Amino acid sequence: MNVLTARIRYTATAIGLHWLMAALLLGLFCVGLYMHDLPLSPWKLKVFSWHKWAGVTAFLLVLARLAWRVTHTPPNLPATMPAAMRLAAHLGHAALYALMVAIPLSGWLMSSAKGFQTVYFGVLPIPDLLDKNKEMGNLLQQVHESLNYLLAAVVVGHAGAALKHHLVDKDDVLRRMLPRAGA
Amino acid sequence: MRRTFAVPLLAAALLAPPAQALQWQSVDPNKSSLTFVFRQMNVPVDGQFKKFTGQLFFDPRQPDAARASIDLDVGSIDAGSDEANDAVVGKAWFNAKEFPVAKFVSTTVKPLGGNRYQVNGKISIKGRTQDVSAPVTATSQGGTTVFDGSFVLKRSDFAIGEGIWADFDSVANEIQIKFHFLASASK
Repeated sequence: MNVLTARIRYTATAIGLHWLMAALLLGLFCVGLYMHDLPLSPWKLKVFSWHKWAGVTAFLLVLARLAWRVTHTPPNLPATMPAAMRLAAHLGHAALYALMVAIPLSGWLMSSAKGFQTVYFGVLPIPDLLDKNKEMGNLLQQVHESLNYLLAAVVVGHAGAALKHHLVDKDDVLRRMLPRAGA
Repeated sequence: MRRTFAVPLLAAALLAPPAQALQWQSVDPNKSSLTFVFRQMNVPVDGQFKKFTGQLFFDPRQPDAARASIDLDVGSIDAGSDEANDAVVGKAWFNAKEFPVAKFVSTTVKPLGGNRYQVNGKISIKGRTQDVSAPVTATSQGGTTVFDGSFVLKRSDFAIGEGIWADFDSVANEIQIKFHFLASASK
């Protein structure tokens, strides 16, 4: 890989993490919507556990992405982009990272406040930072839910912007995050 | 149940030497607790029974004569969440409507040395009776004695959790019961 391609495409690691998390977060979001009104049953307990394990995994993956981000320079934005759009892109990406960190944290704290510790894959107990407290649990549930809707809105903007780059501006912003076909 | 239990107790009380510090003790509900830990998807969840009454007959000098009887109000359960509390009083779990009271009655008490005793007895929940045994520590101070102990109860022995809950994939069979009973001597 020469310097030029390094600067115009994301690395395979970044692309892999991006799409893995995209799939994981979409799944987590849908499961979260589905599960919270389920009547109490063994199925519900299982789905909640799976959601929590997947959430911890998403948190670990976002840490890996942040580590990639601070050790790599991402490809430059197209030179034709106006300053306001550049700012919007940077703010959007910052919001995505912030929400990807905040949402699993809120879920973890909510679980603690509701009195259900998170035990990763049923094996690794993650310490409870908060004591059981019903009001706090309900409040954190609202926080977790609101942050998720906010993330959904930012993701829609993110995907819309990528499509606009591809279809309207006809630049390589979307393509450079796609796995390279046949390369 | 209670009447048949009272007769040997009364006999024991009458036959014992009068000089002994015989104590017919009532468990103080405000200073006692009956808690449990169950595992849900391998996650420990705390619960408790808020209402129970207990009668203890305990003389450290005559441990063999010790007796205990605990009645607990099944409907007073806190199983960790509102949702669980609504569910566990239902038919599949405790069936509190038909079996509102769970009961423990001791059969024998063996001194283990010091202030430790092995208490054996029968526990009745949901119309089923099983033998249980628990090591108990008795700590006397002033006019009160605190009895602490714990044991493991298997929910399947009492059909606690039937139907979809009968297997142990989501809720484990073993339930750790912990008790802390404070009793004052009543003369």
